[in-house]
Amino acid sequence: MTKTWNNRAWFLVLPVLLLVAFNAIIPLMTVVNYSVQETFGNNLFFFEGVKWYEDVLTSERFHDSLFRQFLFTGIILLIEVPLGVAIALTMPRSGPWVSVCLVLMALPLLIPWNVVGAMWNIMALPDIGLLGYGLNALGIPYNFTRQPISAWFTVVLMDVWHWTSLVVLLAYAGLRSIPEAYYQAAKIDGASRWSVFRYIQLPKMNRVLTIAVLLRFMDSFMIYTEPFVLTGGGPGNATTFLSIDLVKAALGEFNLGIAAAMSIIYFLMTLLVSWIFYTLMTRGDEQ
Amino acid sequence: MAHWLDLTWMAWTWQTATFFLVIFALLCAMTIWEWASPGGGPRHGILGLDTTRGDRLFISLLGSAFIHLGWLGLTDMPLWGGTILSLICAYAVFRWV
Repeated sequence: MTKTWNNRAWFLVLPVLLLVAFNAIIPLMTVVNYSVQETFGNNLFFFEGVKWYEDVLTSERFHDSLFRQFLFTGIILLIEVPLGVAIALTMPRSGPWVSVCLVLMALPLLIPWNVVGAMWNIMALPDIGLLGYGLNALGIPYNFTRQPISAWFTVVLMDVWHWTSLVVLLAYAGLRSIPEAYYQAAKIDGASRWSVFRYIQLPKMNRVLTIAVLLRFMDSFMIYTEPFVLTGGGPGNATTFLSIDLVKAALGEFNLGIAAAMSIIYFLMTLLVSWIFYTLMTRGDEQ
Repeated sequence: MAHWLDLTWMAWTWQTATFFLVIFALLCAMTIWEWASPGGGPRHGILGLDTTRGDRLFISLLGSAFIHLGWLGLTDMPLWGGTILSLICAYAVFRWV
């Protein structure tokens, strides 16, 4: 039997293409247009060429917020991925506790981002918050509104609390997909717990962990709401990540050209890393 | 409604319009190429990646964007230099990657 190719089926994709055009491509084109012009409002624009890109790329402020963004992403990936795998390994593989664990793990993911920021803001207040008051009572000086280290500690802790569950759920799904025969074979061979993890569980989780790292990279690299509600980018600029700096430039200072150029550079960086992860994932599939 | 339709809110300039038209023309050219020679021309290139023509165009475009950004951020020379370098890189990508 020969296969029938019907290219008219592509017309079924048209509604999706239109939707993507309206919610992604046209806004992105508009941002590109803004990034080469100056405006003082009233829909009046003056062509500036690549001046905003030069300004952004040579600006210390941009370099600093980019560095903070990469530092934050690096820290949370280093914590969340191993911690998520460790928690997934301790979760039961069968029985009634599976559902309990899964629901408990999913809870932080269900809370809206601004609510997470507000929760941690209240909890970290040095005079009345459980975390802030508790740390100060233990003799650890802690004030996230004044000390950059405390602010970073709180933002990282908040993100770890909010998003480690995602890594746990993905890693757990990867673990559940391993057939029992692998464990039985390892047992017959007298493999240690570490060997089972190193040679069976970790390779089998490879794919889901790549997805977890990709998702956590993209989310943390574009993080805005939680640190904005918690610290507002402060104290000073200590927790002003790239997205917060972008909003400050666009809405706070009404530098639409600079903000648009920053947006494009930001977008290209996210696109590059996503492509690298996509390539790694598809290479894994081929192998 | 008329203002929305005339697209002035998108703040068009002829330079950005040309840029997008070139991208659009490239996509059309790739479609015609695929129609004339179906299959995407898959290949295992020097980077160890399995790529199709579409992948190579994507790598070329993304690479060009970063070459231009690097050119702007690291040199004071005219941007045409970055464009020429991007074209050379795109040729290399289509030839060997």
